[in-house]
Amino acid sequence: MHNNKYLQEEIIRISGVNPSKCMRCGKCSATCPAYDEMEYHPHQFVNMVECGDIEPLLNSKSLYKCLSCFACIDRCPRGVQPAKVVEAVRLTAIRKQGANHLTADMVPEIVDEDTPQQLLVSAFRKYTK
Amino acid sequence: MKVSYFPGCTLKNKAKDLDLYAYKSAEALGVTLEEIENWQCCGGVFTTANDEVATKLSSVRALKYAGEKEQPLVTVCSACHNVIKQTNYAMQTNSQFADKVNRYMAADGTYNGETQVYHYLEMLRDLVGYDTLKEKVVNTLKGKKIAAYYGCLLLRPNSVMRMDDPENPTIMEDFIRALGADAVVYAKRNECCGGYISVESPESAKRNSNSIIENAKAAGAEMIITACPLCKYNLVKNGADIPVVYFTELLAEALGVKEDTNA
Repeated sequence: MHNNKYLQEEIIRISGVNPSKCMRCGKCSATCPAYDEMEYHPHQFVNMVECGDIEPLLNSKSLYKCLSCFACIDRCPRGVQPAKVVEAVRLTAIRKQGANHLTADMVPEIVDEDTPQQLLVSAFRKYTK
Repeated sequence: MKVSYFPGCTLKNKAKDLDLYAYKSAEALGVTLEEIENWQCCGGVFTTANDEVATKLSSVRALKYAGEKEQPLVTVCSACHNVIKQTNYAMQTNSQFADKVNRYMAADGTYNGETQVYHYLEMLRDLVGYDTLKEKVVNTLKGKKIAAYYGCLLLRPNSVMRMDDPENPTIMEDFIRALGADAVVYAKRNECCGGYISVESPESAKRNSNSIIENAKAAGAEMIITACPLCKYNLVKNGADIPVVYFTELLAEALGVKEDTNA
């Protein structure tokens, strides 16, 4: 494990989350509707940021599995707000030149005649910069 | 009563029913929805990052516009409501963020979260009143078993949304009862349908949506109502075999104004 102090401080600054408040109960991951899809789960995001182990998270597809449903935020007994950590790491990943996770040429394959504008707007906001 | 109204991108396109029936029903209840001039898309999802400013400006502009007219700001779409309410909360509580926004928009004057934001359901409950609504019902929906689907965006994060108990909400069930129907209460009514994940992982959206539909049906639901175009899309696309309709359509039906419209 590599302790990246700079990235750790960046994630904490962007998210406003204090990961050392976590008491490791795992309730965030237990309630996460994307749990099965994730390589690193919400409680691991919090723990790995606390340890400064950021690179594996930056390179993980788990960043794009979070639904931003805020279940982990509301159900955390310590007010840690894990979704904000996931968001900060995802932004750090996609703010890099050429790192957009969704591009316009992928859209024709995604849409059908009922696709609401909201779907594309939300996905672009989450997956691109 | 006049209120400022933020429709949002989908309500002018794929979710025209949600918008049109909102207008018609409000009219029948004595509320005029005054659409914000030149409103811009809210972005669909709120970015929780402290250093994101530009993505939140369209919400601030809408809030400021309503504030200048001294009107509450009403939204119908769950997503718009979530984004605008969270942005307003950030303007009220995060002075560093508010300062950045106000510097950016300096030419238009300052804004610090003064506007009151209401979801249309909150407007019905808190400004119109469910008792008044009950009196205005002309087509009672008696005997219909209807399940409210809240999804994630209406209630969370509760510290900001302050709409209802986030784990045991009643605002939509009370709405259903006010229209004379039976409210079906089921466990997964506030779980996420998958939202925008249907772009990244359609099977994940399918799994989430299916479990919600099955749960509602097992509790006896004959119909599901929602305030969110993306929830409706995900539930319908992933095999809902009972009708999934916007709550405003149900409202318009009960108020007897549905037939006047050509949605």
